[in-house]
Amino acid sequence: MNTVAAIEPRHAAGQRLRERVFRGATLAAALVVLALLGGVAITLIKGSWPAFSHFKLGFLTTEVWNPVTDKYGALAPIYGTLVTSLLAMLLAVPISLGIAIFLTELAPSWMRRPVGVAIELLAAVPSIIFGIWGLFVLAPVLQRSVQPFLIEWLGPLPVIGKLFQGPPFGIGILSASFVLAIMVIPFISAVMRDVFETVPDVLKESAYGLGATTWEVIWKVVVPHARAGMVGGIMLGLGRALGETMAVTFVIGNAHRVSTSLLAPGTTISASIANEFTEAVGDLYTSSLVALGTLLFLITFTVIAAARFMLLRLDRRALSSV
Amino acid sequence: MNSSLLTGPAQRRRAVRKFKNVVALTLSGLATAVGLFFLAAILWTLLKNGLAGVSAALFTEMTPPPGGEGGLLNAIYGSAVMTVIGILIGAPIGMLAGTYLAEYGRNSHLSSVIRFVNDVLLSAPSIIIGLFVYGVLVIRMGHFSAIAGAVALAVIAMPVTVRTTEDMLNLVPQGMKDASTAMGAYPWRTITNIIYPAARSGIVTGLLLAVARISGETAPLLFTALNNQFWSSNLNQPMANLPVVIFQFALSPYKNWQQLAWSGALLITLTILILSIVARFVVSALNPGARR
Repeated sequence: MNTVAAIEPRHAAGQRLRERVFRGATLAAALVVLALLGGVAITLIKGSWPAFSHFKLGFLTTEVWNPVTDKYGALAPIYGTLVTSLLAMLLAVPISLGIAIFLTELAPSWMRRPVGVAIELLAAVPSIIFGIWGLFVLAPVLQRSVQPFLIEWLGPLPVIGKLFQGPPFGIGILSASFVLAIMVIPFISAVMRDVFETVPDVLKESAYGLGATTWEVIWKVVVPHARAGMVGGIMLGLGRALGETMAVTFVIGNAHRVSTSLLAPGTTISASIANEFTEAVGDLYTSSLVALGTLLFLITFTVIAAARFMLLRLDRRALSSV
Repeated sequence: MNSSLLTGPAQRRRAVRKFKNVVALTLSGLATAVGLFFLAAILWTLLKNGLAGVSAALFTEMTPPPGGEGGLLNAIYGSAVMTVIGILIGAPIGMLAGTYLAEYGRNSHLSSVIRFVNDVLLSAPSIIIGLFVYGVLVIRMGHFSAIAGAVALAVIAMPVTVRTTEDMLNLVPQGMKDASTAMGAYPWRTITNIIYPAARSGIVTGLLLAVARISGETAPLLFTALNNQFWSSNLNQPMANLPVVIFQFALSPYKNWQQLAWSGALLITLTILILSIVARFVVSALNPGARR
């Protein structure tokens, strides 16, 4: 009796101490997450300060990028980043929607898992692999068959014809958009599939009960119900496309200029950094590249934050793939 | 009268609806075929071009000068070293943070902020992480180094582990936690003795996925670890690694370098796909109740 009474308080004190240590460790680790984002922001702003203070707002609006004269403007990379990503979304969203519909409504149950996993595996392929494949396989195919076709049939048209001028280089804005589209399809379709699966069966069954076809159920019941989540998934894909580096670096051609033609070589923010950062000599050059990184960070942060906000309303656990 | 109604516009409308249905569903099937086609096309290209260069030399010799004979030994070693160190730094922090989010701070305001920030980091462009580590480590150390590369990989692995750990701990039934608490256990004891073992398969899956994620990352290594044509096991020096070697060799005009790039690409893709498949297998084999 006595020994128990003597040991008990000491034991309890030990337990309380360990509790405090463990709890503190988990809290500290959680705060590391916050510190990282803050650290990234501070590092980028500090690194880009010389460029921003030297070029002021003109940095955003000038096209010239000349290491010899030490003049840098971000217009071409910004333009390339936005155009390739938007084009990629135009290609990827309909295909992703189709895949999500197929996986949730159409595929026989034995097929769902293997096909779903295969699409997810496409997301696991590293971006450098997409780059080397895009450069050696996709770009020649585009150059030989797709681009001459576009130049011949769409080139003479008024207005949109301007987008398809010039020789078929193979590499350029259009090829980069293609590769980006293939890369973001698995992300968007995975989110859409998960969102579709959150639609209650009762809703779908009532529509079927009224005589709706499968397509009508999807378009008039599932899609409206899942709209916020779908937009979230698309934004998440857009965030990926905007920041994608290696695949784009291989196929975009790396030319610091703004061309109306989608067939012309261009550059993106991430491709410029990847290509030039280790070779950049001079503080202003390096700082301009970090400034590009800061812009990319701002753009992707906004897009990703918006995406997460749209997905927040959904049950996190239903969105296993995000 | 009834029958005339059915053969009239109503029936035509029904035919149109059915037609639309068939078209839309066919298109969705086609879309899936397109997705699968690209996966198959990439794997086929890798196998076709990569297998030609697979030999014993690939795993036993260093990266060669242009035109010379060689393998990828130093790059494979460097990738393995940096991935392992990256996981050793990133995963414990990620697991502890995930534990905080799932257990101690489950409903706190701070946790929802951290969750949000973690999700942002999870999808942040990896080249930005490279710039960050360059600014924090490389500039201060004065040179590129393997340790900087490993830290960059750790920064990418961490948010993945935070997310999977939190999700997996949330799958542990509340009743188990309550039972442990009712026995008088402190939360740390409940977590380490009850919750972690119950969520083990899920946590292992998360770790495998984190390894898969960082072992193919190229952008963050470009200006942290850089590259090294020679064997180096010095963490304080630039170190060769598969992704950067693939990048440099694929874009070079030399045939032997391009061949090594393809073989390296095959190697890295197979590793990652196998890891991803094993990760899914672990969770469905040990945790039949959990989704995926």
